[in-house]
Amino acid sequence: MELWFTEKHSDDVNFSINTDRQLYSCQSEFQRIDVFESREFGRFLTLDGIMMLTEKDEFIYHEMITHVPMAVHPNVRTVLLIGAGDGGALRELSRYPTIERIDMVEIDELVVEVCRKYLPQTACRFDDPRLNLYYEDGLKFVRRKENEYDLIIVDSTDPFGPGEGLFTREFYGNCYKALKEDGIMVNQHESPFYDSSREAMQRAHKRIVESFRISRVYQAHIPTYPSGHWLFGFASKRYHPVDDLNSAAWNLLGLKTRYYNTKLHVGAFALPTYVEEILRDVE
Amino acid sequence: MSRPKGGLTQANAPIYEALERFKTARVVPFDVPGHKRGKGNPELSAFLGEKCVGIDVNSMKPLDNLCHPVSVIRDAEMLAAEAFGAEEAFLMVGGTTSSVQSMVLSACKKGEKIILPRNVHRSVINALVLNGAVPVYVNPESDTRLGISLGMKMSEIENAIRENPDAVAVLLNNPTYYGVCSDIRGIVQLAHRANMLVLADEAHGTHFYFGKDMPLSAMAAGADMASVSMHKSGGSLTQSSLLLLGKGMNPGYVRQVINLTQTTSASYLLMSSLDISRRNLALRGEEVFAQVLGLARYAREEINSVGGYYAFGRELINGDSVFDFDETKLSVHTLDIGLAGIEVYDILRDEYDIQIEFGDLGNILAYLSIGDRFRDVERLVGALYEIRRRYSKSGAGLMNQEYIDPVVVKSPQEAFYASKESLPIKDTLGRVSSEFVMCYPPGIPILAPGELVTQRILDYIEYAKEKGCSMTGPQDLEILNLNVLREV
Repeated sequence: MELWFTEKHSDDVNFSINTDRQLYSCQSEFQRIDVFESREFGRFLTLDGIMMLTEKDEFIYHEMITHVPMAVHPNVRTVLLIGAGDGGALRELSRYPTIERIDMVEIDELVVEVCRKYLPQTACRFDDPRLNLYYEDGLKFVRRKENEYDLIIVDSTDPFGPGEGLFTREFYGNCYKALKEDGIMVNQHESPFYDSSREAMQRAHKRIVESFRISRVYQAHIPTYPSGHWLFGFASKRYHPVDDLNSAAWNLLGLKTRYYNTKLHVGAFALPTYVEEILRDVE
Repeated sequence: MSRPKGGLTQANAPIYEALERFKTARVVPFDVPGHKRGKGNPELSAFLGEKCVGIDVNSMKPLDNLCHPVSVIRDAEMLAAEAFGAEEAFLMVGGTTSSVQSMVLSACKKGEKIILPRNVHRSVINALVLNGAVPVYVNPESDTRLGISLGMKMSEIENAIRENPDAVAVLLNNPTYYGVCSDIRGIVQLAHRANMLVLADEAHGTHFYFGKDMPLSAMAAGADMASVSMHKSGGSLTQSSLLLLGKGMNPGYVRQVINLTQTTSASYLLMSSLDISRRNLALRGEEVFAQVLGLARYAREEINSVGGYYAFGRELINGDSVFDFDETKLSVHTLDIGLAGIEVYDILRDEYDIQIEFGDLGNILAYLSIGDRFRDVERLVGALYEIRRRYSKSGAGLMNQEYIDPVVVKSPQEAFYASKESLPIKDTLGRVSSEFVMCYPPGIPILAPGELVTQRILDYIEYAKEKGCSMTGPQDLEILNLNVLREV
């Protein structure tokens, strides 16, 4: 028997994983949630049929979305995590003892429940006493906050479906307001490669540039995401992502990582020419 | 009352069902439309989809004919009448404009008087241009803080009826664009006692017929005719509408009037959308509008918690000029953050990709309906927070919209067809306009044919243009010149 999970990376490109079995499937109030088990990638989570994470490559995404801002901002005490229901970003953040409070806002409670049950590799720090977990719309949560966070991490799905409000100007503007005067916002920034994702990526950058003084983009290689070439946004009120990187301080923390290191940090902000052009068009 | 024929229930949609049967028959078309189910226009077919162009067909025996309906269209009309509690219903394909005009043209003729509030849609006065009837305006009360026209006071209607016993009809908005309802039951009683018909423009009131906790619908209030924009809150396609009749009207005559101006090639896309939407409302309307109401209440509460904005609601009810309020209308007063409604409207569209229904000088109106979701409301609220944070300033110098009492010199028809001249708008003070000037939307005239141009009107037009209101009406699209009556 062969059971293949297939996701369309474009109208004419399929990405398939030979799966061993389906562990879970359900339609929540917001989206369809599935968990599969495969030999090559271990367990993986999909939302509305779109790959969110696999056990094999999730470390890349989660390390890059957390350690990059943590190595730049000298004193992160309060963090707002938006989305991130799989717990991967929370796992990485919980390794920093200096963080005092993590507010996490996930719209879909069922995602957290399913991940805690089937994906303990990422959903392993929900018992962190610093965590306050809210199940509500991220846009709604953040608009009531002002001057409250050092770091906001937007770990969203794609801008079609429940995550679409997290790619809007009003959302980025509300995040700006919710950050302290030296705060940083990092976001999942889609991919520059295929047409549909490229447009979403460019629009998101435009919207962020309109709201933040410093707005840079960095990249990582994530094999199970469309084209494998993925971007993150780094938006900030004061700190520059490379000039203000404090490598020595971060390395002194002695955190063991598999993808991130401070040399790669600098390199990740060096983008391919075509990507720079796409971004420059809206700056 | 005409009843749907045996076996037909609200779960049926006769036009839709006939089109489904028709599709399977694979009839070879040697009739219009010439695109022949899209084959003759591949680009259009690709754009609209084959399903859509495939039912863009002409009237024919199995599909009935809107001008003289005897089978499936007649059945659909009877089901619509039943669903809306009307004696008769007509499917309309020229927008609610055509419903309103047919209603007015059926009720009065040249030289006869019709009593109406001045904040009517342009289509009402256009009908008076067509048939030569004379408007008797009842001054709608204004809310000075919000700068909006309210409903008609009972005492004003009584006066108008007493002073114009020869008037043949009273027309009212149920509700206004902003959701304000007059005491329609009381008005029906007064008017009927004086042998006048009551016509209701319910362009914004489809949901009154199906939702719970809604203002009273015209048919339930005993009105004689009502124009219902199914395509607004009812979910049908743009340009589709219904005209409803109450007891004692002559449906054959009304159909003749409709046929004076209605197309003989009615679109089956529009008619089937009316049929399917009526079925949906009859079967699920209560549930649907409970959802819309919940959404509107939530949005109102959230917007009012932002600070600076005022999303008004049932607190406006005063037992007379605001007899009832339609809570599904989400109107927000913006002057307190220092921005005109039209400015907020423009910022929402240009910077936040949020298109709302309209902005006037003091307010914006977001139209909530059957198709909205909570997360879309979150975007609107989030954007309003941002606009306040980024743009709010002192409200000094902002003009509020006030009701400007029209000075009617000529009937709309006389003025429209009179000998006229085009003058720069600033030179028209004291002259009689032969055309409309209005902001669109909402499409309520600032100046109508036959009305005197006053300084207040000129100031208002100037200010509205400066704030970026989209002005329409005059022949001169730039609105630099205005046609006025030649002085004799």
